[in-house]
Amino acid sequence: MLTVSSWGRLGSWPHDAVALTDREAIPGALAARPGSAIAYGMGRSYGDVCLNPDGGLWLTAGLDRFIDFDPELGRLRCEAGVQLGQIQRFAVPRGWILPVTPGTWMATVGGAIANDVHGKNHHARGTFGDHVRRLRLVRSDGSVIDCGPDLRADWFAATVGGMGLTGIVAEAELQLMPVAGPWLDVETFPYDDLDGFFALADGSEGDWEYTVSWVDCLAGGRGRGIFMRGRHSTERGRPEPAMGARSMPFVPPMSLVNPLSLRLFNLAYYHSGRLKAGRSLAHYRPFFYPLDNLADWNRMYGPRGFYQYQSVVPRGTGRDAVGAMLAEIARSGEGSFLAVLKTFGEATPVGLLSFPMPGVTLALDFPNRGPRTLALFERLDAIVLEAGGRLYPAKDARMPRSLFEAGYPRIAEFLPYRDPKLGSAMSRRLLGD
Amino acid sequence: MQATPRRIAIVGATSSIAEHCARRWAEAAPSEFVLVARDAARTERIAADLRVRGATRTSVIVADFTRPASIADIVRRAAADGPLDLVLIAHGNLPDQPACERDLDACESALVVNGTSPALFAEAFAAGMFDRGAGTLVVIGSVAGDRGRRSNYVYGAAKGLVTRYVQGLQHRAAGTAVRIVLVKPGPTDTPMTAHLRQQGAKLASVESVAACIVDGAAKGRPVVYAPAKWALIMMVIRHLPRVVFDRMNI
Repeated sequence: MLTVSSWGRLGSWPHDAVALTDREAIPGALAARPGSAIAYGMGRSYGDVCLNPDGGLWLTAGLDRFIDFDPELGRLRCEAGVQLGQIQRFAVPRGWILPVTPGTWMATVGGAIANDVHGKNHHARGTFGDHVRRLRLVRSDGSVIDCGPDLRADWFAATVGGMGLTGIVAEAELQLMPVAGPWLDVETFPYDDLDGFFALADGSEGDWEYTVSWVDCLAGGRGRGIFMRGRHSTERGRPEPAMGARSMPFVPPMSLVNPLSLRLFNLAYYHSGRLKAGRSLAHYRPFFYPLDNLADWNRMYGPRGFYQYQSVVPRGTGRDAVGAMLAEIARSGEGSFLAVLKTFGEATPVGLLSFPMPGVTLALDFPNRGPRTLALFERLDAIVLEAGGRLYPAKDARMPRSLFEAGYPRIAEFLPYRDPKLGSAMSRRLLGD
Repeated sequence: MQATPRRIAIVGATSSIAEHCARRWAEAAPSEFVLVARDAARTERIAADLRVRGATRTSVIVADFTRPASIADIVRRAAADGPLDLVLIAHGNLPDQPACERDLDACESALVVNGTSPALFAEAFAAGMFDRGAGTLVVIGSVAGDRGRRSNYVYGAAKGLVTRYVQGLQHRAAGTAVRIVLVKPGPTDTPMTAHLRQQGAKLASVESVAACIVDGAAKGRPVVYAPAKWALIMMVIRHLPRVVFDRMNI
């Protein structure tokens, strides 16, 4: 048995793990295992979507081959265990880039599909699934299903955002986006309240590919923060910045994120952000993946790990709901400096269970302090439910089934596409098996 | 002007360590690959990956690795389209030690696959390099070859044979431009060691091991421990007095 945890490090559990390294051998491997299992790539999802304690895991990180690349059209076929960073490093020097990327480049293509991840440009490009032209799904009954937006589209809609429950994604064909080089023009603005945030977001989405903001979770319902927007630059030929040298070498005995450090950090970050506001040129790596520069940063929360709470609420109720959540969080004194506020665009979700929807998303880390933290989440759940919003399964380790069912009205359409031999701690928690 | 691609042959091309070395070579400079392996379809999937990464050409040879005539034929075919600048001999398997103790056929097979076969490949490839007076030959040995241990001495003996053989080739290469590199990986996270990982062993990532090998090959270093910390660990293990060593269950 292999002891495995996910990015939140809330625990580690024994799994009967089998590595898949040959994509043609997947049907045989699936048929040979009696019980249910779930695919595990790089373990970058935060909660239990990729875990199956005391059950089976399919390790997919070894399915990491490129299959074909068309340099004229920017179409890349690759195996599902390829990490997004491998694609960026390959594609950017050739004038292409992933059109949608989450905040870590260590996620795999399969994980990006199963969680239908988004990035700072949701308003412009939708989700990862919007740029998948084809995927190959291997089912435990031995069937192989090639699907895409124009081929067996029902299977595609179930698999994109399908939490890995419809089969094993063996490979995918991605449409990349042309870029002049690795640089982005970036502008940074402080905002004093949520109205300021929405004004900046609405004013930027027409002309700026990427928007995101850091929000001070201690400032209460007012919601001050730092807003950042970026777009690809025509700048080329500058030396690339050195990255990735530092790491969090050990797990501290307690979380380094506590009420005191949080207060100090947020004050310093907000005011230094105010001072540094203006224009700059950023390399795509620190712009998209600031945290990848500190390997194993999740260890800073100590041995008990951490939760991330990411919600989306519709625009109509969003201003008040975000204000209410921030007030609740400030009152609790919980939270972390990793707090992100961003608007989502109007794009129709690709997957039946895709997380993004038109509205505004708030994501915060919380050191795991047990019942206190969970009680705060219940109060936040009530706000999300009331506002007609939902939580992001890729980040979740604890949402009640009722909230999942309220937020995802298409569950019944999804269920017929499940593979009976794929299951996870999350599927048992939220779908009943 | 485009530089002439270098020609690289890899024996055991489906091994995880070899595949990751090949990726690095394909990405670093224009390269043509001759991939030698037993499974044609798997090798072709690796070849396709290398072409996407920049390999200018790939060819695949599928053959038996144990018969001397087959080895001589493979080496002849690998060099048929031009002299080889770089050869990596990376095939092998991790035998089940207790099974080898019970069954001499299994024992012989492990010794041949991990010892005699790589030595014969090294001899045959080195001959071409000595004729030309150029080329780099990289052979994968193992830290297990540094001292016989009860848990793993069949594999260790085979890799010990490889160690001595390569040492001899290095002596023969002295004063020429031929470089012979012996790589000794520690336990590495590959499909070959999946059962060790399940038992909780600390394994080096295959990427880090490949980086050590590619660097060692470029510098023509005679002995490359991968990762480098194994040089120190094995120095201690080699020099442990017998009374201490005999009490260790390794």
